[in-house]
Amino acid sequence: MESLVYIALFSPLVGSLFAAMFGMSPKKQITGIVTSILLFISFLASVNLLMYVWENGPIHVKLMDWIVAGDMYIPFGFNVDQVTAVMMTVVTTVSTVVHIYSNGYMEHDKGFNRFFSYLSAFVFSMMVLVMSDNFLGLFIGWEGVGVCSWLLIGFWYHKEDVTRDVNPSISPAWAANEAFIMNRIADLGMLVGIFLIYWNVGSLQYDEVFKAVPSMSHGLLVAIGIFLFIGAMGKSAQFPLHTWLADAMEGPTPVSALIHAATMVTAGVYLVIRANPLYSEIPEVSYFIALVGTFVAIFAASMALVNRDLKRIIAYSTLSQLGYMFAAAGLGAYWVALFHLAAHAFFKALLFLGAGNVMHAMHDELDIFKMGGLKKVMRWTYIYMGVASLALCGIWPLAGFFSKDTILEVAFNEHTYIIWFVLWLTAGMTAFYSFRLVFLTFWSDERYKKYGFHPHEVQNYVLWAMLPLGILAIIFGWFKEDFVEFVIKLLPAYEMSEHTEHMVTTLTVLTMFIALGGIWVAFKMYSERLVRKEKVENSRIYKILSNQYYIPVFYERAISKPYAELSDIAWKEVDMQVVDATVDGIAHIIEDSGEASVQVQSGNLSDYLNWMAIGVILLTILAAIAAL
Amino acid sequence: MIGLGHYLILASILFAIGLVGVIRRKNLLMLFFATEIMLNAANVAFAAISSYHNDLTGQMFAFFIVAVAASEVAVGLGLLILLYKKYGSLDLDDYTMLKG
Amino acid sequence: METFAFYFLAISITILFTITVWSKNILNAMTALAAGMILISGLFFILRADFLGVVQLIVYVGAVMALYAFGMMFFDATGTVKEKNRPNFTVLLLGVLTAVLLVGIFTAPTLINGVPSFYPEMAGATNPQAVGLVLFTKYLVPFEVAAIMLLVAMIAGIILAGKKMDNSISRMSEEELKAQLEKDSK
Repeated sequence: MESLVYIALFSPLVGSLFAAMFGMSPKKQITGIVTSILLFISFLASVNLLMYVWENGPIHVKLMDWIVAGDMYIPFGFNVDQVTAVMMTVVTTVSTVVHIYSNGYMEHDKGFNRFFSYLSAFVFSMMVLVMSDNFLGLFIGWEGVGVCSWLLIGFWYHKEDVTRDVNPSISPAWAANEAFIMNRIADLGMLVGIFLIYWNVGSLQYDEVFKAVPSMSHGLLVAIGIFLFIGAMGKSAQFPLHTWLADAMEGPTPVSALIHAATMVTAGVYLVIRANPLYSEIPEVSYFIALVGTFVAIFAASMALVNRDLKRIIAYSTLSQLGYMFAAAGLGAYWVALFHLAAHAFFKALLFLGAGNVMHAMHDELDIFKMGGLKKVMRWTYIYMGVASLALCGIWPLAGFFSKDTILEVAFNEHTYIIWFVLWLTAGMTAFYSFRLVFLTFWSDERYKKYGFHPHEVQNYVLWAMLPLGILAIIFGWFKEDFVEFVIKLLPAYEMSEHTEHMVTTLTVLTMFIALGGIWVAFKMYSERLVRKEKVENSRIYKILSNQYYIPVFYERAISKPYAELSDIAWKEVDMQVVDATVDGIAHIIEDSGEASVQVQSGNLSDYLNWMAIGVILLTILAAIAAL
Repeated sequence: MIGLGHYLILASILFAIGLVGVIRRKNLLMLFFATEIMLNAANVAFAAISSYHNDLTGQMFAFFIVAVAASEVAVGLGLLILLYKKYGSLDLDDYTMLKG
Repeated sequence: METFAFYFLAISITILFTITVWSKNILNAMTALAAGMILISGLFFILRADFLGVVQLIVYVGAVMALYAFGMMFFDATGTVKEKNRPNFTVLLLGVLTAVLLVGIFTAPTLINGVPSFYPEMAGATNPQAVGLVLFTKYLVPFEVAAIMLLVAMIAGIILAGKKMDNSISRMSEEELKAQLEKDSK
């Protein structure tokens, strides 16, 4: 089994290095094929491991001693337990599909080889993140996915910066830097948390840390919990560090599907799930997490209501669903969070890949107001996206129903009715914006003709590659019972109270009702044709929502601009006037003294001999003094 | 009775004479002579210390100094000849190519 | 007797070397230098360093001075040397200062007494025997190195002073080299 662990972990790395060898050369189909095959191998190994863990329990392997310095001992170990096995399977499934999909999507891109190298490197980092048996390994993977995310968001780095009015993300390079910098801020918090753990426990191994949790003081646990959650907030784009995720849509669409929907952004949720023994001890922090998650859920959903950008809508929906996951994890229902994470990974990746097909067909046009009626030309994409949207809305019997409904039940069960209500409302909004997107893209009048587009369906193998995700988006929820049985060997079981059990049917009906209601409203408004109401679009609320609550602008005015000005002052006043002046002064002194002493170098050997004699005398005097 | 000090003082004086020569003279050949004087002064000191301490190490050093002096003369004189052939002068004041 | 010999030699050597340093005629200077060298070997004999004395005579007076004498043939050595000597003040200052310092240091009692001897002279052996024993056991490697150095110096001397050493074949261009070869063959 040990070799399977290494195969699952290292085959993406091998693929990445292989593709990197051709990084600068023109497109070679072989890189795409090889990385896809290696990813598939990794996927097979992960599924095998899942089976094995199912039957025999967790595997723990130690690759080598990593850091051994004094009392500090950190082995490079990997731990495949129930949670990790689920994460590995999810990651490799989506990755494999995305790799195959990218072969078609990136077909005409100059950076074909480079793209696959980055993508596989990302998968490797993600595997390190989920498989590590200690916090430091997790942090390495954490940073690794951050770097790969940066590389991939900025994949089309050569695009020029434009103003916010033209493109809210300004440019891929800008978006990549934004994502990276925001994550750095959060990672600092996470690093502090890890330091605190090491400081107080003396180890970073999960099992040892969690063994020590009950004996630690409450205040300390709260501090560690908060700092780790700050890290999770950055990676999972929770408020107020959320702006980067929508801008990250500048990356190629497969990247959005893999990194910014299915895997990397869920790393924060994974961290909270992984650290559940810690968070169980600090209910106030957990409750705060739940509140943040709930807020982000409705906050992001509200922005998605009015957005016109195909990918950004899905990105906000991702944010919103991450909020759901955090709400579940914060309320102590860790397995529910994990379940929603997995389900969401499948249908959201599918949704993004479908969006990629649409973009492909529409020549990178993203404005859904310019689409419409595409179901005739893109039947399969329409079906995929419809299924994914239904799953996202939580319509029975698709995957999203089982996970989302359970989250709502949990919120009800915890007597946090406000959270329940907000999440319930969000479910309706989710349904509305999802189907607004579907109807505006695939139904209604064929507006694209006016803009001179000639959409066409993508290659067949791309559609086939999406099939596994489509199936999983439908059937994943049916395995809820097995899933629970599997993961509660590691995660705390969550029992509904009797009162909730009675209410389950009512709650489900309520949820279904609002979801269907949302779809119905969308159907009414958009299925026939696009009607733009001046009054609505000019209203203040619409403006606020479409400008993302002016938060990006606020960040720019309140943080970026003053910081730039401060840097300017530091450069012109401090650096140029003080530091540079000092250094230049030293250089001038040396230069002047050199100018002055150059006449010593007369070129006459006799003079030199004189100087030498003087030196000998001085040294002799020194020797005499020393001898005395 | 002559002590070690006498020899050392003599060696110092001879060395000083050699040094004066090195400082004062501008003719390269004279510089060579002055260098020989300094080397010999060192030899005298070595031999004297060797003798008074009943230790052969000093004499060994003297031998090696003689060997070095011989090689120095062989090479140095060759260079001097070459220099003289090329520029026709042995006066240091005529050679200031390395002026900074 | 020894006292007399020492003072005689010391004063003579000093005078001779002073002549060497001050003389304007190279021949005079060289003669005085050679004479001084011979007298220094006398000092060595007084110090019972017989072998060193003989080496001094053979190498310095025999070889080095002969080399200078031959070298002199290349230079114009008959006339007086015209040179701008350094101002006497500087020379005297530096020279006297050096002399005083060295004398002061050498006569310091700590230096003269209490130095342990590494290779004491063996009882019953003559000086050359003892020198040979030490030189070919303890100082064998430096001795060989010195031999190689002398060989190198000899080759260097021959090459430097040889004919046509002022133009380098390796630095010539093709045409120059051809011209040179033609000239040589004629």
